[in-house]
Amino acid sequence: MIVSRREEHLPGKLIAVEGLDGSGKSTQIHLVHQWLRSKGYRVFFTEWNSSSLVREATKKGKKRQLLTPTTFSLIHATDFADRYERQMLPLLRAGYIVLCDRYIFTSFARDATRGCDQTWLREMYGFARIPDITFFFRLPLEVALGRILEGRPQLKYFEAGMDLGLSPDITESFRVFQGRVLDQYLKMADEYGFTVMDATLSVHEQQKRVRSAIQERIDLALYHKRFFQ
Amino acid sequence: MSPQRFYKLPPPGVDPAKLSGTLIVIEGPDSSGRSTHIGLLRSWLEEQGYAVAQVGLKRSNLVAAELEKAKQGNILSPRTLSLFYATDFYDQLENQIVPALRAGFVVLSDRYIYTLMARDIVRGAEPGWVESIYSMAPVPEAVFYLMVSSKTLVDRTFQAHAELDYWESGMDCGLGRDWFSSFLKYQRKIRQEFVTMQKAYGFDVVNANRTIPALDADLKGRVQQVLSRVEKR
Repeated sequence: MIVSRREEHLPGKLIAVEGLDGSGKSTQIHLVHQWLRSKGYRVFFTEWNSSSLVREATKKGKKRQLLTPTTFSLIHATDFADRYERQMLPLLRAGYIVLCDRYIFTSFARDATRGCDQTWLREMYGFARIPDITFFFRLPLEVALGRILEGRPQLKYFEAGMDLGLSPDITESFRVFQGRVLDQYLKMADEYGFTVMDATLSVHEQQKRVRSAIQERIDLALYHKRFFQ
Repeated sequence: MSPQRFYKLPPPGVDPAKLSGTLIVIEGPDSSGRSTHIGLLRSWLEEQGYAVAQVGLKRSNLVAAELEKAKQGNILSPRTLSLFYATDFYDQLENQIVPALRAGFVVLSDRYIYTLMARDIVRGAEPGWVESIYSMAPVPEAVFYLMVSSKTLVDRTFQAHAELDYWESGMDCGLGRDWFSSFLKYQRKIRQEFVTMQKAYGFDVVNANRTIPALDADLKGRVQQVLSRVEKR
């Protein structure tokens, strides 16, 4: 049955990272994962758009450009629900620290940019717990664009927001789209209490700050494998 | 012509003022006679010069294979399945129903959001959550719910298939291990959900225990009324 109250007390902790492509968030959460694992904490890592069953449909939809803003949003919500109910929620109930590379805010930012109604999006994801900590890796738009456009010039259709008809030029479309997504993120930062990280700092410096923020806000000793709740 | 109404906002990119067609929904359980009567209505409407598009909750291009696979293995959580079905619905809405309404067709829909919502709610989904998901659906001009007694349903199901369907028997809902009693319980729950929704959404409940010609005549009379009401606007 579908029962998962957002307010329910769960022994586990949820940590999410959000940010534009190129903001370095995946590197940071990877390093957090390594750190917690090496210290012997109960930790689990999951990423956006990765449930095996839903992935096939998403891939097909993207390749054939079959997706509208609505179905694009729904298919990602389906993927999220699958991972949430199968992995994240049970692990949170069992007292794990769950690390998420992108969370529902990715959908709020991208899908709202595509024209989906904010209320509709928030109600759809209403079953998902708000993370204990959401790190937002903030980078000036031009820097984020530079990192992506330098390193990986093969932009994908939906990633560049080509479905919005912003520009026939894929690079230009990507620029405009990412700018709008960034605006959406910034609008959410207060509402959801994002911990905003300066993503222009060195990777190592950022990681030090991320780790100390986690230590400040989570009593890690409770999550050690030796400690039974 | 007045703009097509939606339960809340239309999906992004859909202009309600451009939808000049008429959406008519036939709801009811499997073996209630939906497809037979839609076929009869279609020929009759075409004879009168209406262009008709037939749509249904069949499988869309987008998630067809994956949905089928998931159902075979029964490996998705109820909420995931809900969202999968919602994806499927909106894919069809945007690719079939909306274009047909834009072209001014009479759209006969074999089931609609109500079946999807009833199935989800019976499986424990919060009604408000489900309503919100489907709130971008166009409001039909009429919804005819073919109400069938359990006895008729069982008789017709066995005549047609000689066996009960796993999902139509609600075997995933933990109502019991006996298929026959699970089928009856599940169908009763779905029917109760429709009765609840009837108040909110204003369905026409039609007695579908009757013979095909009797029900056909009744439905044609009702559809005729809908079309003259629409034309007077």
